[in-house]
Amino acid sequence: MSLYEWLLFLHVLAAFLLVAGVVVYGVLLLGPAGQPAARALGPPALALWNVGGLGVLVFGVWLALEVDGYELWDGWIVAALILWFVASAAGGRLGAGVREGQPIRSLDRSGVMLAIMALATAALLLDMIFKPGA
Amino acid sequence: MLAIVRPDAWNLPLLVHVAGAMLLVGALVVVVAAMGGALRRGDGAEVLTGLAFRTLLIGVFPAYIVMRAGSEWIAAEEDVPDDAGWIGIGYMTADGGLLLMIIASIVAWRASRRGADGPGGLGRAVFVLGAVLLVAYAFTIWAMTAKPD
Repeated sequence: MSLYEWLLFLHVLAAFLLVAGVVVYGVLLLGPAGQPAARALGPPALALWNVGGLGVLVFGVWLALEVDGYELWDGWIVAALILWFVASAAGGRLGAGVREGQPIRSLDRSGVMLAIMALATAALLLDMIFKPGA
Repeated sequence: MLAIVRPDAWNLPLLVHVAGAMLLVGALVVVVAAMGGALRRGDGAEVLTGLAFRTLLIGVFPAYIVMRAGSEWIAAEEDVPDDAGWIGIGYMTADGGLLLMIIASIVAWRASRRGADGPGGLGRAVFVLGAVLLVAYAFTIWAMTAKPD
C-alpha cells in the first residue's frame, strides 16, 4: 500500500468514527434516559468523537500536503477546516459534561450543540465528496 | 500523487453510499455499546438490551438499505467490473453482514424478552455479532479506499 492509500484509509476510517460519535451522542440525548444508558454510551461517544475528530484533521491535512493538486488554501479545504472547528467547539462542550459524569440532557443547550455537531459533520461530508471548486 | 477528481455524476450516489455506511457503523456501535453495558451491569440491563434491539431495527437496517442502494447506484455509474477484488470484498461483507444482522436482531429480540434477568448468553451473542460486523466493515473501508485488485 502506498502512503497515499494509507492516509486515505485512515482519513476515511476517522470520518466513520466521527459520525459514529455523533450517532452515539444522539442516542444519549434522544434515547432512554437514566444512568445505565449514560454510563454505557457516554465514554464511547466521547472517545469516538475525539479520536475521529483528531484523525480526520491530522490525516486530512497530511493528504492535502501529500497530493499534488490539493493545497491547504483551496476553498473546499478551508471550508472543511472551518466546519471542523465549528463541530469541535460544539462537541467539546458536550464532551466536557460527559467527562464530568453529567447526564447529557442536563447540559445547557445540549440539543443545540448536538444539532451543530451533526450539521457541521454532514456539511463536512458533502464538502469532502463534492469538493466545490476543486 | 496527483489529485484525482471524479466525474460529477458519481458524487450523489457516492454520498448516499458513504452516508448510509457511516450511519450503519454508528448504529452498530450503539448496539455493541448498549449490549456491552447490559452484560456488565445488573441495573438497567433491561433498558440497555431493549435499546440494542430497537437500534438494530430502526437504525441498523434502514442505514443498511441506504448504504446498499447507494452501492448499486455508484457501481452502475462507475461501471466497475464485478470481478474487481475490492468490489467483491464490498459485496461479501454487505451481503454476509445482512445475514449476521438478521441473526443478531432475532437473538436481541429473544434477549429483550428476558426482562430483568439480563440478556445472558443471548446478549453475549449479539455483542459478538456486532463486534464482528464492525471489524468486517473496518476491513471494507480499507478495501474501498485502497481498492486492491
